Amino acid sequence: MQETMFIDPQRCIGCRSCVAACRECSTHKGYSMIYVDYLDRSETTATMPTVCMHCTEPTCALVCPADAIKMNEDGVVMSALKPRCLDCRNCVNACPFGVPKYNSEMHLQMKCDMCYDRTSEGLKPMCASVCPTGAISFGTYEQIVPLRRTKPVNAHIFGNQKVETKVYLMLPTDEREIRVDGCGVFEGRVAVDGEPTESWIDTQVEETDKSNEF
Amino acid sequence: MSKVENLEKIIERFGPHLHDAPDGGWSAERNIEKVVPTHCPYCAVQCGMNLLVEKNKVVGFEPRYDFPVNEGRLCPKGVTAYLQTHHPDRLLRPLVKRQGEFVETGWDEALDLVAARFREIQEKYGKDAIGLYSGSSLTTEKTYLMGKFARAGLGTRYIDYNGRLCMVSAAAGNNKAFGIDRAANPWADIPLAEVLVIAGANCAETFPVLNKFLWQQRDNGGVWIVVDPRETPTARQGDLHLQLKPGTDVAVANAMLHVIVKENLIDAEFIANSTNDWEAARAAVEKYPPAVAAEISGVPAEKIVKAALLYGRAKTGMVMHARGIEHHSNGVNNVLSYINLVLATGKIGAPGRGYGTITGQGNGQGGREHGQKADQLPGQRSMLNPEHRRHVCEVWGLPEEELPAAGVSVVEMFEKMRAGEIRGFLSLCNNGMVSLPDTNRIRESLEGLEFNVNIDFFMSEAARYADVVLPGTTWAEDEGVTANSEARVVKINKAVDPPGEAKPDWWIVQEIAKRMGRGKYFQFNNPREIFDELRVASRGGNADYYGISYEKIERQHGVMWPCPTEEHTGTPRLFEDGKFYHPDKKARFHAIEYNPPAEVPDDEFPLALTTGRVVYQYLSGNQTRRIGFLVQQCPEPYVEIHPETARRLKINDGERVKVVSRRGEGIFPALVVRTIRPDTIFIPYHWGETLAANQLTNPVLDPTSKIPEYKACAARIEKIHDRRLPILGEQKKGLSQSEVQRGK
Repeated sequence: MQETMFIDPQRCIGCRSCVAACRECSTHKGYSMIYVDYLDRSETTATMPTVCMHCTEPTCALVCPADAIKMNEDGVVMSALKPRCLDCRNCVNACPFGVPKYNSEMHLQMKCDMCYDRTSEGLKPMCASVCPTGAISFGTYEQIVPLRRTKPVNAHIFGNQKVETKVYLMLPTDEREIRVDGCGVFEGRVAVDGEPTESWIDTQVEETDKSNEF
Repeated sequence: MSKVENLEKIIERFGPHLHDAPDGGWSAERNIEKVVPTHCPYCAVQCGMNLLVEKNKVVGFEPRYDFPVNEGRLCPKGVTAYLQTHHPDRLLRPLVKRQGEFVETGWDEALDLVAARFREIQEKYGKDAIGLYSGSSLTTEKTYLMGKFARAGLGTRYIDYNGRLCMVSAAAGNNKAFGIDRAANPWADIPLAEVLVIAGANCAETFPVLNKFLWQQRDNGGVWIVVDPRETPTARQGDLHLQLKPGTDVAVANAMLHVIVKENLIDAEFIANSTNDWEAARAAVEKYPPAVAAEISGVPAEKIVKAALLYGRAKTGMVMHARGIEHHSNGVNNVLSYINLVLATGKIGAPGRGYGTITGQGNGQGGREHGQKADQLPGQRSMLNPEHRRHVCEVWGLPEEELPAAGVSVVEMFEKMRAGEIRGFLSLCNNGMVSLPDTNRIRESLEGLEFNVNIDFFMSEAARYADVVLPGTTWAEDEGVTANSEARVVKINKAVDPPGEAKPDWWIVQEIAKRMGRGKYFQFNNPREIFDELRVASRGGNADYYGISYEKIERQHGVMWPCPTEEHTGTPRLFEDGKFYHPDKKARFHAIEYNPPAEVPDDEFPLALTTGRVVYQYLSGNQTRRIGFLVQQCPEPYVEIHPETARRLKINDGERVKVVSRRGEGIFPALVVRTIRPDTIFIPYHWGETLAANQLTNPVLDPTSKIPEYKACAARIEKIHDRRLPILGEQKKGLSQSEVQRGK
């Protein structure tokens, strides 16, 4: 069976080692393609990594007017082809996971290609290599899933859209698919003077890691 | 006149400045000439890593999958560690302070000056007027050399090291209970334990890669009991969180033992055969039923009972602790109360049954073994033992009468500076202006010195106060060994030559000794020669390195001491034969009574202040506060406040507040979080000057280990009427968090 990524959020310690190591990948040297977010720092220290899920029918490719986003034979969704990328940022806006980044200097979309430079030589991607806890793991389904108490899920329902992905989320659930609708979205805390706020440290992360634009 | 006339100017010249790319920029077109297997320079996991070298520069890293401890894993500090080697802030030439300004000089001029001034001070005030302060991020060869340099080179009794601020309460507790100072089990035992008791250890942020073993244990169905005043990521991920008031560990551990005794979950056979003083310990915990402990610690009694039953009933289990229980005026007692649990249930000396302190610094273990500690000689020998003194003098060829008496701990050394007993000072591998308690008093000590020498590769906050700063090397520019938290001795390999005129620390120290007429004791040409003498000096001691060689380390992926002979492969697990290291081969219980921290909250200072770390910074931050990526993630310290407390004080999340203690005050942005106790506040300590958490901390010491009480003092929060948000307002991302960085 093919090797892929397994994202196990309950193990994430929020160290952003993956974010730092992602910059070492030769295809986007110096730029990180990973996000690690606090879920709600006011309430909990819980964090969650987001990497490209490598959809079987990638929304980013579907919305690309120039057909610049290709999938390789292993089902890995590659960065936009430089000669074709039109600078339109459709992919950045359309991705249901919020993954692709736009490099305003190079006028180019960039995204995780699962460390193609490494995997093609039999090495694990950088993020999965360095992750201290196994919150991001790389291997075959048979290697990873039997070791875990969490269950693999790779079907995500966003409203009317169902997205299946090459990358698995490892979750404490028996459901085969997860629903990511509007409900349960964080609506902010009420501060002393009654204004709703998000913890400044969450906002800071958004300013640094989570920016979709370089 | 202050030794730091113009702080802004020093910062402008020496940083911390942010640097965030390999030499020559981020480039996919690299011609890697050399891949050097080595280890991370930071914490005591000592993760293996490969450094990528191009044109004598470290330009990247590659995971070292074959090293069994981390198998390629690294934390963000490890991933970015290589960026410090060619950092623009590196010190490249010796610096001598003239009219308040650092002036570059040649080595001869600087070293002659150091030797002349040290000689002058010693002639005037006696040998002991020079103090040495060393560190545990050095290779073991250097730590050995520093001990020898103090005793055989300068002839002063005053040497100590920054492990004193780290795990020294654990060391003292281990020696009292087991007769040896070492974690008892290898980490490979962790996945075999049904229950882990993790006390005062924020493993997620301070030993990130240790989480590999913790999660393997979890995958095997294991349970974590986490004892911590904060809901750290580790506490959050654990099964049972005992969220105690800072400094009340003895009450919790005694109550757990109380329950274990009542439920008859003790191992009577082990207690009878392998231990002493059980009756006294049993009688002591009689007074700590869970309800009493709940009253003291604020942990619900049922949680304490649950924890006791989980650990007591399990066949296998390990107790691990770190700074959270050790940084207290009762630090040694805290440690001993947890060791009592281990001994009472006999969970020691077998796979998955064990105990260990999680040592902090990279070479925290090796650095406390070979004689840079005030009371210690190589091989964990004692300065107070005539036989030990004789052995070491023989190895050194030093007349016994020339070996000074034992010294004092570092905080006491700084007191002696203020008292005028210590007039000259040399420090290497530490940064007291960030890491010592009560920063304002530390500054007074440094300002009062007649002559102060600092060896470092960056201008630390403490080095700013020096008269001479000598440029040393980073870990990638020299070789030697370190011992990780499991006492696994590993090999640091040289990747590149030092930049500019920077020199290895062992060379610098020897050159000073030579100029002071003590050259015959310091004839080493390389670290290997120092290691060979260290092996002999440690022979027969507890920390016996005699059978360890650089080659054996590489071949076996590390050697765990004791390793007494060349055929011996090392000792991963201690006490397997039920024998301990006291003369009668038995372990010792200790009857421990609960005492509150030296300073408890009152009307004037109603909150308990505790300090600690964040995952992006290492110790005093001298290395990590210069790396762009790490600073972006955590640009400055903050104060964690519970929402109830914040509401009472009318403080908004993100608002800057003044935190005041009896020693000092500082201004920090409030991080209002439900993950801390309402009666407790927390500040991470990695910054200096006006951002130093240690402006507030209490310099009171544990009577045995002399560790300062970083983890508990009394403080209050004052609202300042300024609602600017800290990060998004004034401070833009990518700017240095340093005290002043104007015009950028």
